[in-house]
Amino acid sequence: MTVIDLESYEDALATYDPVMGLEVHVELGTRTKMFCGCSTELKQDANSQTCPVCLGLPGALPVVNEIGVESAIKIGLALNCEIAEWCRFARKNYFYPDMPKNFQTSQYDEPIAFDGYLDVQLEDGEIFRVQIERAHMEEDTGKSTHVGGATGRIHGASHSLLDYNRAGIPLIEIVTKPIEGAGARAPEVAKAYVAELRELIKALGVSEARMEMGQMRCDVNLSLRPNGTETFGTRSETKNVNSLRSVERAARFEIQRHAAVLNSGGTIVQETRHFHEEDGSTTAGRIKDNAEDYRYFPEPDLVPVAPSRDWVEELRKGLPELPRLRRKRLKEEWGVNEHDMQSILNAGAVDLIVATTDAGAPSDQARKWWMGELARNANETGRSLDELPVTPAQVARVAELVAAGDLNDKLARQVLEGVLAGEGDPDTVVEKRGLKVVSDEGALGTAVDEAIAANAAIADKIRGGKVAAAGALVGAVMKATRGQADAARVRELILEKLGVEG
Amino acid sequence: MTDISTIIKLTAAEIAARIASGELTAVEVTEAHLARIDAIDEKVHAFLHIDREGALAQARAVDAKREAGEKLGPLAGVPLALKDIFTTQDMPTTVGSKILEGWVPPYDATLTKKLKAADVVILGKTNMDEFAMGSSTENSAYGPTGNPWDLTRIPGGSGGGSSAALASFEAPLAIGTDTGGSIRQPAAVTGTVGVKPTYGGVSRYGMVAFSSSLDQGGPCARTVLDAALLHEVIAGHDPLDSTSIDAPVPPVVEAARNGSVQGMRVGVVKQFSGEGYQAGVVQRFEESVELLKSLGATVVELDCPSFDLALSAYYLIAPSECSSNLARFDAMRYGLRVGDDGTRSAEDVTALTREAGFGDEVKRRIILGTYALSSGYYDAYYGSAQKVRTLITQDFEKAFEQVDVIVSPTTPTTAFPIGERADDPMAMYLADLCTIPTNLAGNSAMSLPCGLAPEDGLPVGLQIIAPAMKDDRLYKVGAAVEAAFVERWGHPLLEEAPSL
Repeated sequence: MTVIDLESYEDALATYDPVMGLEVHVELGTRTKMFCGCSTELKQDANSQTCPVCLGLPGALPVVNEIGVESAIKIGLALNCEIAEWCRFARKNYFYPDMPKNFQTSQYDEPIAFDGYLDVQLEDGEIFRVQIERAHMEEDTGKSTHVGGATGRIHGASHSLLDYNRAGIPLIEIVTKPIEGAGARAPEVAKAYVAELRELIKALGVSEARMEMGQMRCDVNLSLRPNGTETFGTRSETKNVNSLRSVERAARFEIQRHAAVLNSGGTIVQETRHFHEEDGSTTAGRIKDNAEDYRYFPEPDLVPVAPSRDWVEELRKGLPELPRLRRKRLKEEWGVNEHDMQSILNAGAVDLIVATTDAGAPSDQARKWWMGELARNANETGRSLDELPVTPAQVARVAELVAAGDLNDKLARQVLEGVLAGEGDPDTVVEKRGLKVVSDEGALGTAVDEAIAANAAIADKIRGGKVAAAGALVGAVMKATRGQADAARVRELILEKLGVEG
Repeated sequence: MTDISTIIKLTAAEIAARIASGELTAVEVTEAHLARIDAIDEKVHAFLHIDREGALAQARAVDAKREAGEKLGPLAGVPLALKDIFTTQDMPTTVGSKILEGWVPPYDATLTKKLKAADVVILGKTNMDEFAMGSSTENSAYGPTGNPWDLTRIPGGSGGGSSAALASFEAPLAIGTDTGGSIRQPAAVTGTVGVKPTYGGVSRYGMVAFSSSLDQGGPCARTVLDAALLHEVIAGHDPLDSTSIDAPVPPVVEAARNGSVQGMRVGVVKQFSGEGYQAGVVQRFEESVELLKSLGATVVELDCPSFDLALSAYYLIAPSECSSNLARFDAMRYGLRVGDDGTRSAEDVTALTREAGFGDEVKRRIILGTYALSSGYYDAYYGSAQKVRTLITQDFEKAFEQVDVIVSPTTPTTAFPIGERADDPMAMYLADLCTIPTNLAGNSAMSLPCGLAPEDGLPVGLQIIAPAMKDDRLYKVGAAVEAAFVERWGHPLLEEAPSL
């Protein structure tokens, strides 16, 4: 591993102004592929989801998936883009074994959507407008698995396996205009943009946009120019950055790397870079000089796409509430501050909390459990919240049991722990673990008596007026009842028995 | 029993009628044609593959249907020679190339399916210029095909196998594909009939692509009516081909049964004449124009200046598209694989395979097209060619405001000797001078025999061009001309061909 010189982030920004371009590929959630009827289901046996069309067999011809076009238009509209009245597919020609036709059916100078913007909110609430250059339709390639070499790279591999199940899955590529003026916040803008875009895609229902599944992939193009200058510097293209955190780290790393190269009198090479999750670094990939020529030309096997204005307007009317506006509404409805709302968003908890309140829980309870106990568990187990084996309805049930006095917070946590451990739904866990608040006054009275007897000195202090000392006795009772007592009631009983006003 | 020599001379319409009436069985008809192939194809080399068992099985099925009293389609039991460019699940599909030697596709082309559904008996696959690139069938990786009129001459191309099969009475019907003239020029030089339907009229699904925006499958036959019957079977919208036209098939059979040019306006284009046209071809063409007049047509002279640019535009567009279409032959999934000895990279294996698997003409066009599409050259070459294409389409539109059909010689010369132009691509390309404008504009055209050139006694083709989706006009005019010529000659032109 070569050591890469980095400038400190602060020094880099003191001298240079970063300009970014973000290219995001979204795999659409259509049932069938972009140009044939094959299933898009993931994780199937290799090459089981293929046909003459997506294998590029001689003679086979593509047919456009209308849902794919509709999804592209929805994305374009949600990004405030113009929708082309007439556009074509184009062939992007290059050889690679996992691309069956050795050209990718894509769009070139006639994208379906263009000239839009997306407002993204930074962590302090500031809104940054990212200009959108275009969104276009294309197909995914197959997948190569290189066997026998190091780290799955082709270098040193003994052979490669090809799986064409992914070949032909519809992709929408969304390209920003150069993002200027973000300064030191460029990495944060990059992350916020991708996060907002992901929320938007999910809200539109066109893809699940799961970055960890490769359903959304980001390329971070970055260049530096001396502060106060206009001309863009040479860019690097960091490919396949596949988490929000990585997007931020990749941008930050490249700023520091570019600055170090430039400060030492070197020049930036226009090249692709690989991003490394382990340490957030990037390493050189292919040189992208101008020799790379995809020989684009209009795809003669497909007729132009000419979405009628009526259809476009119909789709515009059907757009859901956009995520940023929805968050603003929820923030007001929930009565939380900007910081808390941002935390909820970052935790990916918005939809889960909404679903929990829809299932009957008060929003404060829903927030408390998702952002507390469950977030902690998710964090500890390295999962996202929506991957936890607990449903919003189950969380709502726990909240309901607490509100009814059947559980206290401590017991409720144990119930959730049981649900997460796969012991069943909340009622089953309560039943199996015997987790009910002890409300039998007789049993509770005995426990209180025993605690007073065992802690005579403390009891005397309380009788003498140090009411605050009652906490120690409450603790003893709770311990004796294995936490199943209602702590407030225990306190009342203690004070009552010691003849002290609470 | 009808003897073999009688059966093979029958038209498709006659065969179908005799099978339907029980006068002949489909098996007898198939066996007769297989026997003819056995007897002469060694000399002609029209076929790359013969599916004896499949053909006989299909024939038996037709006979069983008839015996069961089922209604038979208009071409049920009629043998056909299929150009080796359409995928067939039960036969290899090589496109005349080494790169697909032995490849048996896992699917049938839409056209193949339609033929089978119509109970047409597919005898086998016919020879062709590799990937349909050529005008002589000399570019086949499997050796040339002889012209039944003179086996030392070319049968036209790329569909020389299909035209030779018809002219040698190996099959009464054949399928061709026409990207720049590959149905019409072979028809012209073999004294047969060939039709390039309107672009989008016949599905391209399963037809191995040469130049997607120009390629069009179509019928080949010995009579205009037979071509129409086949046209009707193979045409129609296909949801698997986005460029296929979603409209009713023009009434071609009805037109072929009611041939007439009475009151029609027939255009003669200035640009389809001049230098390079053989005297005998010009003579027969002029006689054809006189014939049309005598049959009641009005002849109008037309000027289509952009047609002069057609050949140049074609040789930019077709190679450009082919450079992309043929990129898939990379040795990864099917077909030939060369040099995979466990030490070479995928790139090297692809390169070695393409080097060994593609012939010179294919390589020439891939290189030409790759260059024409390159950044910095695109506008000058591919872009300009597309503009010319628009101009040609406009010239046709203007022409068809004045006339119902256009006529021309199909090809400037009669069949040339095998080898004569093999090393001179430009001379070879000129064979398509009159046919190419139609491909660029996407409209329909037919070639039918109009006599023998006096100087060499070889067939001359008359081309009829109609607007898009007016394919029926070709048959209406073609049937009238054919009837008049047969009456004048006293027999079909092919009667004058030497017996093989």
